[in-house]
Amino acid sequence: MIEDLFGLFLSRYNYWMAIILMLIGLYALIAKQNLVKKIIGLNIFQTAIFLFYISFADVTGGTAPIYTEEGTSALYVNPLPHALMLTAIVVGVSITAVALSLVVRIYQEYQVMDEDELLEEMRRP
Amino acid sequence: MRENVVIRTVSRLSIPFIQLFALYVIVHGASGAGGGFQGGVVFATSFILLLIAFGLPGVRSRFSGRSARIFAAAGIFIYAGIGLLCIFYTGNFLEYAAIESASGIPHLHALLIDLVEAGIGITVLAVMTMIIVVFADKGEIQRD
Amino acid sequence: MKKLALIAVIFIGIILFWAVGDMPAFGDPDAPANQHVARMYIDRTLPDIGIDNIVTAIIASYRGFDTLGEVVVIFTAGISVILLLRRGEER
Repeated sequence: MIEDLFGLFLSRYNYWMAIILMLIGLYALIAKQNLVKKIIGLNIFQTAIFLFYISFADVTGGTAPIYTEEGTSALYVNPLPHALMLTAIVVGVSITAVALSLVVRIYQEYQVMDEDELLEEMRRP
Repeated sequence: MRENVVIRTVSRLSIPFIQLFALYVIVHGASGAGGGFQGGVVFATSFILLLIAFGLPGVRSRFSGRSARIFAAAGIFIYAGIGLLCIFYTGNFLEYAAIESASGIPHLHALLIDLVEAGIGITVLAVMTMIIVVFADKGEIQRD
Repeated sequence: MKKLALIAVIFIGIILFWAVGDMPAFGDPDAPANQHVARMYIDRTLPDIGIDNIVTAIIASYRGFDTLGEVVVIFTAGISVILLLRRGEER
């Protein structure tokens, strides 16, 4: 039983790393008060998802998915998650740009960048 | 003021090489590592270096807001235009094999993929530069 | 508030750690994710399209429609930033 658990831990360490990063990003997104820190937490969360997908596309002993002289008989890593994650990285950049411009406008209107102080300023007539 | 001279000289020397490397990455998207998104972002990095070293007038005089907006729309126009061209050759939308089999030019599929990657690179470069310049300017877009 | 967030995050973490036991090992060549569609892409890129980079063939030719949507997403983000931050008309 103990050897089973040990084998589980050692052979699947990439998922553990991705889950720990994801939890750090989720905590920063929920619990921090400053708006810029929340955006940084969102970026850490997205990076954890990229690592998770790319890590299970790996094949032991495989090379990069660009054809060598042997053609289709060589061992390549799985190319599909690489293509999907290119799209996801672009979406992440777009979200960060629009979120940061929203924060700039909030600061110009209310002169605060904290979540609690912002709610107080908005309730004041 | 001494460190300003060092930054400006080094930027002047390295910006053309960064842009050449970006064009290399875009063009080699089909036969090696690279592609449209990656090359476009590296090209935008050269404009960000220009902004850091020479300030906002240095970028505005070379790549104005109006050209950035035109480039951003032109990239999508190229991509969708090639897709519509495939319909004229009795294929589906974005089916490059129909043009290749109808006109008989060899390797046309690979050439069309290269053109599409160039269109993607143009749009990504214009939009990344536009975002950074609008943030640095504190929001004024000029009537040009 | 922060204690509540910490408890929720740890609870999600325990559930996810429990689910790791069902995932395939790192670098397994027989994992079901590497079999059907990926095998087809690797085998049929060279006869169909004739370029060397499989990832570019996937995003530009096999799934070209998604990449068109992607470029429109980047364009929309640029337009949104300009619309949110412009100040030229209040003068």
